[in-house]
Amino acid sequence: MSTNETNERRDKAPAGERVADWADGRLGIYSLAKSNMRKIFPDHWSFMLGEVCLYSFIIIILTGVYLTLFFHPSMNEVTYHGSYVPLQGQLMSEAFNSTMHISFDVRGGLLIRQIHHWAALIFLAAMFVHMMRVFFTGAFRKPREVNWLFGFLLFVLGMFTGFTGYSLPDDLLSGTGVRFMEGAVLSVPIVGTYLSFFLFGGEFPGGDFVARFYSIHILLLPGIMLGLVVGHLILVFYHKHTQFAGPGKTNNNVVGMPLLPVYMAKAGGFFFLVFGVIAAVAAIASINPIWAMGPYRPDMVSTGAQPDWYMGFSEGLIRVMPGWEINFWGHTLVLGVFIPLVIFPLVLVAIAVYPFIESWVTGDKSEHHILDRPRNVPTRTAFGAAWISWYFVLLVGGGNDIWATHFHLSINSITWFVRVGFFVVPVLVFLATKRVCLGLQRRDKDKVLHGRESGIIKRLPHGEFVEIHEPLSQDALHTLTAHEQYVPAAIGATVDENGVERKVKGTEKLRAKLSEAYYGEESQIAKPTVEEYKEITSGHGHH
Amino acid sequence: MKKLSTRRRHPLAAVVVLLLALAAAGGAFSLLAPASKAQADESAQSLSIDEGKKLFAVGCASCHGTGGQGSSDGPSLVGVGAAAVDFQVGTGRMPAQQPGAQIPAKKVIYSQAEIDQLAAYIASLGAGPVIPTKNEYGPEGSDIAKGGELFRTNCAQCHNFTGKGGALTHGKFAPSLEGVAPKHIYEAMQTGPQNMPSFPDTTLSSKNKKDIIAYLNAVNGDNTESPGGLELGGLGPVSEGLFAWIFGLGALIAVAVWVAARTAKAKKS
Amino acid sequence: MSSQDIPEENLPAEQDAHGAVSVADEQNPFADPGLPPHEHRVQDIDERAAKRSERVVAFLFTVSMLATVGFIASYVGIPHNKAIFVFPIGHINALNFALGLTLGTALFTIGAGAVHWARTLMSDVEIADERHAIEAPPEVKAKVLADFKQGAKESALGRRKLIRNTMFGALALFPLSGVMLLRDLGPLPGTKLRHTLWSKGKLLVNMNTNLPLRPSDVAVGSLTFAKPEGLEETDEEFQTEIAKSALMIVRLQPENIKDKRELEWAHEGIVAFSKICTHVGCPISLYEQQTHHVLCPCHQSTFDLSDGARVIFGPAGHALPQLRIGVSDEGYLEALGDFEEPVGPAFWERG
Repeated sequence: MSTNETNERRDKAPAGERVADWADGRLGIYSLAKSNMRKIFPDHWSFMLGEVCLYSFIIIILTGVYLTLFFHPSMNEVTYHGSYVPLQGQLMSEAFNSTMHISFDVRGGLLIRQIHHWAALIFLAAMFVHMMRVFFTGAFRKPREVNWLFGFLLFVLGMFTGFTGYSLPDDLLSGTGVRFMEGAVLSVPIVGTYLSFFLFGGEFPGGDFVARFYSIHILLLPGIMLGLVVGHLILVFYHKHTQFAGPGKTNNNVVGMPLLPVYMAKAGGFFFLVFGVIAAVAAIASINPIWAMGPYRPDMVSTGAQPDWYMGFSEGLIRVMPGWEINFWGHTLVLGVFIPLVIFPLVLVAIAVYPFIESWVTGDKSEHHILDRPRNVPTRTAFGAAWISWYFVLLVGGGNDIWATHFHLSINSITWFVRVGFFVVPVLVFLATKRVCLGLQRRDKDKVLHGRESGIIKRLPHGEFVEIHEPLSQDALHTLTAHEQYVPAAIGATVDENGVERKVKGTEKLRAKLSEAYYGEESQIAKPTVEEYKEITSGHGHH
Repeated sequence: MKKLSTRRRHPLAAVVVLLLALAAAGGAFSLLAPASKAQADESAQSLSIDEGKKLFAVGCASCHGTGGQGSSDGPSLVGVGAAAVDFQVGTGRMPAQQPGAQIPAKKVIYSQAEIDQLAAYIASLGAGPVIPTKNEYGPEGSDIAKGGELFRTNCAQCHNFTGKGGALTHGKFAPSLEGVAPKHIYEAMQTGPQNMPSFPDTTLSSKNKKDIIAYLNAVNGDNTESPGGLELGGLGPVSEGLFAWIFGLGALIAVAVWVAARTAKAKKS
Repeated sequence: MSSQDIPEENLPAEQDAHGAVSVADEQNPFADPGLPPHEHRVQDIDERAAKRSERVVAFLFTVSMLATVGFIASYVGIPHNKAIFVFPIGHINALNFALGLTLGTALFTIGAGAVHWARTLMSDVEIADERHAIEAPPEVKAKVLADFKQGAKESALGRRKLIRNTMFGALALFPLSGVMLLRDLGPLPGTKLRHTLWSKGKLLVNMNTNLPLRPSDVAVGSLTFAKPEGLEETDEEFQTEIAKSALMIVRLQPENIKDKRELEWAHEGIVAFSKICTHVGCPISLYEQQTHHVLCPCHQSTFDLSDGARVIFGPAGHALPQLRIGVSDEGYLEALGDFEEPVGPAFWERG
């Protein structure tokens, strides 16, 4: 390029700008960038959990596309002639055969398979933790309820994408899981057998389900998920991120670093960090070694048959359910399978609908952008902890055989523990968590009013020893007192807009009761007031 | 053994049970056994039987009775055969230390010579499966893939895909087959120790057993390759899930803490 | 209700709330003191420190490039079936290990470099961005509602009910075509779940040896699996057929059999039960020969084989179906008919 030309170009505009101009004229990117390029994101490690989900999702898509290049979604029986000796000459489906081919005869195929599967486990785990972060900090409150639902749907769809995915290799372990699914479908009253025959193209296992699961796994579910992810992200941008209370952080602003350059570098870099960690995990640890399990045959099974972790709670449900079966008029109601099948979605729905219940109880119609500290909302925190304990009890039930062998317990005792624990453990955890939260609130109040324990012991002239309490800075005082406290609805606050007298409905009474349970004296410690503070600090000091 | 024994409804019937089973198995075996073996040096054999009897009187008779006829504390050993003795004593299960849901393998306290003497004595009480020869359980001429199929049909339901073991009812368990000598695996299939069913030669041929042992050695031996990396106990999704949570997500959260943490500020001077 | 009575204009400049103990606002010590003033990092004031950071970032990016080279070299150089022993991990595939670690390093160092760059060299001044209410202002809402009314009116949908109703009808009906198209996903169940390959005279073939079983083959305390005569692994329908007709054969002392019908359907104490669990269809076969219990490895349903295979623990709802067996003229075990009830998981029409 000659100097003249360069000068000429410089007269016009730099190349990058001209490209941007071209795009702007067609896509309107300048207006888009105006509001987004310097968008502010607050810094907190827990705000990056969602990014872990997003990035592992992208990693799954990338590696998944690679796997489709080699995988044959067919159940035709072939004889294995690959390099893994202990299976040579065995009959297996083409699906299993091609997965063996990927694992042993495609260079790097095993790595990509393992990255894909590890990323899937981490994706679900990250979604779970992300969801709990949002839950315990109250980030689901208005205006973010819809995004909470998007996230919840992503979690549920992720579970089923995972299930259909690990069923594809048609190995003995996953085949057992599919068989379980067939049994569950058969238990549906009236239409169960029809659903099963339509799903499997006839009797189990037939020759169709791998191909059908394949299109569900690589097209239908991920397609929906991709749409939801995009919607989820658009809403995150639109709502702007929430933040924890602190000096200078209000409900009307968001404090942090701009997208360009800091978050571009941090979030972009984080993608590579996540990918790097998952690739390293896939280099070090084996996952789903289908060669050890062998091809699926409906008359073979191995002990320790479990689903991947995110399906574990449903496995727990089905394992601990008593075998109830009702026969009447030539029909069978398979309650022993059907009840767990119904409870399975209810466990998930319990957490999904919580935001709507809470907003109904509080009657609060305002926007919330400042996050709660879990201790300041004891009832919600206790509910969340109870739900997690419920989920965990079911996970224990789902792995009861592994627990039995590794902790030298009786499998029957564990099953009974889970049967009782299903009802008892969440209640205990609820009560305990609430108490812990109230204790922490009291401690915060003490800290605000009396200062921080400095650890310095002073001896007074008359011989008494006291610990010096350092008063808190205004930053800390503000942070500890910034949370809102609701008043129970029964006492007042919720008066009809026009002040018109109306009959008190049952729901109204329920709401008042719930509100009392949420915000009554038993359930929150009134936060210190300025007057209390002044009285104590202006008086004789601290003791 | 007390607990197990008291659960039997007909202790005497159990003798008949064993006799029947072992007569069938042993009978078939004796047809195949090399003739030279049958003509063992009689004096040497009677010597080892005598030695075995002494050992038995000291270490076993308190539960199994002075003549091996059994008692409330232990089953009769008449007709269980040398293979059962070699398995039970050779894996340290016998002598049992304490009653429990199941008698576990532990440190072997008899030398192989002593075990052979005990076995000879028990075998002299009644015909039963004999100790297999290296020829029978050795790797020569085995079909690993066929062994895998047989293993998944007959064994994996209790012992897991690659023999890592698994849970049974009420605290009983199928032990891990890792590091178990091929001879003992063969004997276990032949005799069905404790709650394990037996797989006599009539239904699972000697060749089948050899294939199974070869398969186990291939997938759960000292030199077994785990191509993907850490095996995580070979237990499947439970340990994989734990690993994903603790090391996968754990590492990512540690990284996230670093990414989001504030950079150290310069000290004011 | 809320404590949002914070003065909006608490600008950092106006604040001097920096002493650890001092409370700036005497009136309201809990008030928001505003954003704390920005503090400099070492890199902001010391160019040498900044240079060090720059070198660290460049180093990380360089490591990434080298790792990618390493990835390519591993791909080309290491045979795909070579095993190596890596100390705490064990015998593993060399190529998988090398590719994974080099790829992981290449990616991780790009990320670490970018983040280190952002953390140490990019501005870390915190900025406050204003939020705007998500809800539209009333005039916007009014305008939208008016527009909608106008549009609805112009469409005449409210007035011309016939159009509206038939349109809704058409829209509601057309998805039925899609539902119809799903019909051929599979055949109707019919009575297929009630029948297996077993029928009178079919020999019980040992799964291990592929030979018909004789009663003398089956010892007390042993466990054997059988399939119907004529069904071969290479058959096209093998998977579907074996899913229903797999058998579990054990021998009990006839006097130990508590169930009368079980004894009748047995042959000299040899009983043949379906191997398919009645819960959700796992092949159940964890037979404890001393207790005569079989346990399902999937969901721990436990059946007592000495008592008609009735359920004694776990989620299964009914006993395992028993196959009635006898001995053929040649002395082999044979079925005396099909199962009298459907095998496997229960379903609505089972009855």
